[in-house]
This record gives sequence, structure tokens and C-alpha cells, in this order.
Amino acid sequence: MRAFSQLLDRLTYTPARNAKLMLMRNYFLATPDPDRGFALAALTDGLPVDFPLRRVLSEIGNSRFDPELFRMSRDDVGDTAETVALIWPVTEAPGNAPRLSDIVAALSKVGRMGHAALLTQWLDQLDATGRWALLKFLSGAPRVGVSARLAKQAVADAFGKSVDDIEELWHGLEPPYTALFDWLEHRAERPSLAAIPIFRPLMLAHALEEGDWQAMNLADVAAEWKWDGIRIQVAAKGGTTRLFSRTGDDIGQSFPELVDHFKFDAVLDGELLVMRNGEVAPFSDLQQRLNRKTVTRAMLTSHPVHVRFYDALEIGGEDLRGRAFTERRERLEAWHREHGPAHSDLSEVLSFASKEELKARWEATRGQGIEGLMLKRKASPYLAGRPKGHWYKWKRAALTADCVLLYAQKGAGKRSSFYSDYTFGAWTEKDGQKLLVPVGKAYSGFTDAELVQLDRFIRQNTLERFGPVRSVTAKLVLEIAFDAIQESKRHKSGIAMRFPRVSRIRWDKPAEEADTLETLKELITSVG
Amino acid sequence: MGLPAFIFSTPIAKHPPTQDSVRVMASSPPFESWLRPGPSGLHCLPGDFFIDPSGPVPRAVITHGHSDHARAGHGAVLATADTLAIMRLRLGELGQTQALAYGEALKVKDVTVTLVPAGHILGSAQVVIDYNGQRAVISGDYKRHADPTCDPFELTPCDLFVTEATFGLPVYRHEPDTSEVQKLLTSLRDFPERTHQIGVYGLGKCQRLIKLIRQAGYDRPIWLHGALRSMTDYYVSRGFDLGDVPNVMDASGKLPGEIVLSPPSALGDRWSRRFADPLSGFASGWMRIRGRVRQRGVELPLIISDHCDWPELIRTVTETGANEVWVTHGREEALVHELSKRQITARALRLVGREDDAE
Repeated sequence: MRAFSQLLDRLTYTPARNAKLMLMRNYFLATPDPDRGFALAALTDGLPVDFPLRRVLSEIGNSRFDPELFRMSRDDVGDTAETVALIWPVTEAPGNAPRLSDIVAALSKVGRMGHAALLTQWLDQLDATGRWALLKFLSGAPRVGVSARLAKQAVADAFGKSVDDIEELWHGLEPPYTALFDWLEHRAERPSLAAIPIFRPLMLAHALEEGDWQAMNLADVAAEWKWDGIRIQVAAKGGTTRLFSRTGDDIGQSFPELVDHFKFDAVLDGELLVMRNGEVAPFSDLQQRLNRKTVTRAMLTSHPVHVRFYDALEIGGEDLRGRAFTERRERLEAWHREHGPAHSDLSEVLSFASKEELKARWEATRGQGIEGLMLKRKASPYLAGRPKGHWYKWKRAALTADCVLLYAQKGAGKRSSFYSDYTFGAWTEKDGQKLLVPVGKAYSGFTDAELVQLDRFIRQNTLERFGPVRSVTAKLVLEIAFDAIQESKRHKSGIAMRFPRVSRIRWDKPAEEADTLETLKELITSVG
Repeated sequence: MGLPAFIFSTPIAKHPPTQDSVRVMASSPPFESWLRPGPSGLHCLPGDFFIDPSGPVPRAVITHGHSDHARAGHGAVLATADTLAIMRLRLGELGQTQALAYGEALKVKDVTVTLVPAGHILGSAQVVIDYNGQRAVISGDYKRHADPTCDPFELTPCDLFVTEATFGLPVYRHEPDTSEVQKLLTSLRDFPERTHQIGVYGLGKCQRLIKLIRQAGYDRPIWLHGALRSMTDYYVSRGFDLGDVPNVMDASGKLPGEIVLSPPSALGDRWSRRFADPLSGFASGWMRIRGRVRQRGVELPLIISDHCDWPELIRTVTETGANEVWVTHGREEALVHELSKRQITARALRLVGREDDAE
């Protein structure tokens, strides 16, 4: 538990990705089984620990500390679990601090009545960091700024494998992942995956560059619309169906209607969309369905989901990933004619006679609420990762608006001494007065040299400081590029931008000539 | 040159006052009749001086050199020699001064004043005042943790104990400073390519941290921001061996894998851009609380404090045997609550001008 709590402690304070990887790598190399496996579970999918933490804490709290002092401390600390960890009286508890595996084992055996005694004993035996880590662990997800993907990456790095190797095995494994570590440390064969549907790492596309377009021979390329949903992999086998996000997270829980209908033996690649009467609904509708643990009946009716398939990795147990795109596509079409379940269709392969015609179709995508075009080499196999020269995404041209810099905030990690996060505004009128209302925030799009210039501008034009944030004189115009504008009730301006970034710094342009909120709002209706 | 008339007085005894002479009588007047909290700090009426006043007064007794206790502009100052020297370095000329050694009793008008080590920083003192058979101890800032750069806190039994409560909540328990220094050394091993820039307050914390790092066996140079130079030099001149402590200004490279000490305000600021992917640390008792660590963007929190933690506060107040306790600043509400449970009369003074965050 000591190594695990120190890992969590250091991860919470470490912003840089590489440093986090290093800390986790060292942990997985130095910690024995099964403890490291339970730690890996805590950092990825979470352990299915069913511990009524809140109730148990209120049960034991008053016997261990003065409620009035606890209240004052809680106000100062700002977090209940952390307050308990810090206020817990130091005792000369018998026995050594528990191992992570001891905790998991005891939890699986303990009855409802034993929770309080167990937690008290552990809290007595641990130090302050250990108590904090234990309470984090018992509350479910530890939330220490590590994604499941990053934790898997650390395991892969530690043992000289690729993260795709780990991803591919992942859903066939269970905590504490001893079979995985046995294989990684050459004590056993690679775990077998025959019986269950598992995640296959996805093939990703490069953004189309002018040079790619010039060099492209259209006879070699298939074109499809680029749908504005989220990438999904449907893996079904032996009556079990799993839905994976592009990073391999199992998201089936949010989409019970798909899991219920998708009963087949195949691994398919497609786009998850909300569809009403055959029409693709805006992305914001799909967002309503994401990350929900339970889905209401009303939600199922008002936001019906649908998968538009575009590739097949495996059909009837046969791995198709080595075959050419055209062959996989034929197999997919044949399969869908025969088995095609409800809530699904196929992404159309577009026909076109010339580059001019294709370009014209691309230019029309914005008006049609489509994100752009996908260009796929007909001869390409299905390759994990983002291989060069196979798939291209040709996104519709970004929208731009001239906005005025209002606030700047210091960045993290390498950018911690720079004001690198910018809040910008557009003009509106209130009671006959012109004023700027914040419409979005951008962190990217500028070069390192431009960042230095922006940082200097901000320091020289600061109006007020609020901790790490500064307000600046409203005089610098930033040309902001963004993919779309959505209506938003959460933002004061009433709008939210998708993927805003700084496309140009308009040192030349007076702030009075920046765009108005009304102009930005007009973009909502013209985009799907 | 003889002592001017308004300077405090000359020592009357070279031994600490004994305890049995100062037990409070049943009929004793309230302490407020002669020791009065006011906007300028504590005013000792029969001695005609203020203790750590927040603005200029004719006569001041100063507990230690931190700027929220030691201010400029007083007519005359009484303090330890170290505190006076530190004040001169920070504030320039002080006017009339009188140094008083630890344990030396001094008659000041109708009261007797003794300075006793407070264990806070070099020169820090508790002010012991005996008047009419009553004894008050104004502890200033103090701690009980061992500190290789100052004399240890000395417990003085008393009737009235005046205490701070910077960390006056039971969540504040400082870790042993050796384990915090190990955290720093571990991080240096884990990130040998990054400059470890640690924020420290320039008087006390800086020199103590250097000494602790040396005691842990680290003998490479420890690089200093210019603002930390004069106080560190003063400690060295007083005989503390701090090893090689060069100026960052004189470094030629980006100092990868080296320890750099700077004021907290230089963390994550333009000054730190000169370093190799700087990793920012902060040595402070506040680093116990995660929210405060995040707020400052600190990657390496080191819980090293110049103040008492909660158990030390309770222990000290109890051990003095005082039946009345005044709390000057900090989280006084919780301390007053805890002491009243222990049937000790406690009240919060809420003195102005004390900086809670400068730790």
C-alpha cells in the first residue's frame, strides 16, 4: 500500500505525461504481483469495489474526532476524504500496514456489518498519504490525472511492448492481471483470446495535406463522408457484445439498445451517431448520450443512436485485417445484407469522376452538416495506429472569427511560466453600450515564437490579477479558427465553439473591428 | 557613550526567573489591566512598550525578524542581537536599539522582561513579562520541531500564554523533516535532467532547508536566487556551515539535476525559464493540503514548517500550565474551541497585520 499511495500522491502533482509514465513504469517494475495488478485496475477501469464509504465514514467519524473540529477542518481542506485522512489520530496500531491485495481480499469477504471495523483498522495502520490513497481507492476511481490508456502505455513501456499489444489483450483479462504480467515477464505464453470479444486497436487517418492531394491517383482511392459522430468498434462473439471507444474503453453501458440488437460474430468499425428519421442529428445530441452510467427510457426515445459501419476487422472468426480495403468492404456489404441488425447501416462509398468533382463535394460538406471526406487507399490492409500513406481525413474548412483577448492564464508543465490559455470575447450591445462578452477559450494554434510574443503582450497589458489569471486591456485581436458553433445554455454568451484555436494573431487589427456575438450566432443555424 | 534615558534598562539578573515566584494569586487583577491588545499590537502598560507592533511606536520589543513582526520606524527596539542584526539587514538603520541575550532578565520600568528561545528562526524569542506576581509569555511565532539553524524552544511556565495558531486545525501535522528532504532527493534521482527549483522564504526556511539537505548527505552546490543571498550570508557569518551555495546568476548552464532555491514568487515565473524543464517545489507547512499545492502549481510539495503543528500547539499550551491563553493570529477558532474543552480560558485577539500565508 505504501508504494501505491506514494505513486498516487506523486501522480496527482505531476503534470507532464512523460514524468507520469516514468513514475508508473518504475512502480510496475518494482511492485510484486498481485498488488501491481490491483493498482493497474485502479488506474484503468477501476476495481468493482462496493464500499459504502460515505455511510461508514459518518459511522466511525464521531468516535474518532470532534465533529466541530472536523467541520472547521473540512472547510479549510475542501475535500472530505482528504480531511479524514489528515485529521485521523495517530495511534500505535498493531500489525503492519496492509498490502493492496490484502485490502481487496478482505473487501471481497467482509459483510455489511464489518465495513466500519475494517476501515478503522486500516486507517490506524496507514500514514496520512496511505489513508488518503485508501479512501480514494475505496471511492472508486482515484482521479489522479491518468487515463486508462496512459496506464497501459506505462505497462507496455516497462516491459518493452507496444501499447496496442496490451489493448488487444485487455478485455480478455481481469484484475489482478497476473496472466498479463506472467507473459510480460516471459513466464508464460500470451494469454488466449479465443472465447471472448476483445478490442482490436483502430486504424487512424492522417489529415490530408496539399502534397498528398497532388500526388494522389484517384483510381487507387475510395472516398466516404466523414461523419460527425464518435468512432466505435463493435465486437460481438458467442452472445456477448462489446462497444469500444477509439481508445478501447468499453462504452456499452451507455448504449443498451445497441448491445441488445447487435448479436453476431464479427468485429466491425463504424461511426456512432444519433439519428432521427434517417437524418444524422448534431454532435451535441450525441454528447447527451455519452458517459452515462444509466440511460432513461425518455433518453432512448428522444436521442436514438445508430451505428454507420465502414469496415470489418473480423467476420465469423476470420481475421480480415490483412486483406485489402476493397475486399474487406465487399465482405462487410455481404454480411450486412444478410445479418444487418436494426440501428445500423453502411457508410456510402462515393463515386466521382474527377478530382474537381471530389473537391466540389468536399466544398459542399459544410452546408450539409457533414464533417468532410475520408479517402482510403483501396489496397491498404487494416493497420493498427496511424500508419502513413493509407487513410486520409479531409476535414471541411474551419470557420474563423476575429475575437478580442480578454483573459490569460498560465499553462502547466513546460508552459507553466507562460500565459498560454486565452479567453477571448466578441462584441455585443447592452443598454446601448458596446461591450465584450467571453465566447471561448483557446490553448493552441500558435508557434513557440508567437507564445513568447503573446506572453509579453499579456504582462505589459495586465489590468488585474486573479491568482494565475490576468485580465488584459481589450485591444489584441485573435483570429480564432473553430469547427462549429453550438447553442449553449451553460455559457453566458449562449454559444459554445468546437475545437477553437488561434489561427492568426491580428496585431494590425483594432479591437473595435472584431466580430460581434450576433455574427457568431448566425453560424449556429448554418451548421448542422 | 552611555545609554540614552528612554532605552529599556540594564540587566538585573543573569538567570531565568524561577517558577514559584510567579504563580497567580487568587485576587490577581485581569491581565488586560496591564497587557492590552490593540490595533498596534500588544501594549504592556507598566513597562511602556509594545510587542511586535504593526505600526511605528516609541518603544518596541520584537520577537523575531520576519517582516510581519519586525517593522521599521520605532523609536527604540529591544530584541536579541541576531534579531537586531537581521532587522538592520532588512530595514536599514533602526535608531535606538538594545540587545538582550536569551535568559537575561531586564527591568523595564515596573516589569521584568526576559527573552527565551522560541525555536522559530535564528534569534527568535518568546517575551516573558513578570509583573506584580503574574507572568505572561508572548511566544511570537514558535515551533517544537528540532531545527539545526536555531536554538530550541524553551518551555516557560506562566499564567498567561499568548500564542499564534497559524496551523491551528487538527489536519495540520507536519511530517518529520528528514522524510520531506528524502522526497526531494528521490525526485532528483527520478528526474536527473530537470532543475529542481524549490520556493522558500528567505529568512529561516531557506537556511534550514539547506542545512537539512546537507545533513542528508547531499554535497553538491545548492544554487540561490539573489533575494536569498544576504540572509544566507548572515547565517554563514554566524557559524552555520551551509556548504557551497553559489548564485544562480553566476551559473553558466541551465542547471539540470541541480537544486535551486528561490522565493516562492519566482516559481513558474519568467525567472525560472533559464532552467532545464524546471520542477517546482515549495517548502511550507501549507503543502500538507492538496488544494493549496495545486493552487500554486507545485509539483513537489515539501511539508517543512517554521510553525507549530496542531499537536505541538496543544502540547505547548498545556505544558505552560497557563490558565488563560490568548490567540494572536491564524486559525484561532479551532484552538479556542479545543482549549475550552480542556477548561482553559482562551480568547482570540485577531491582531491585524499578521501574514498567515508567509510561511
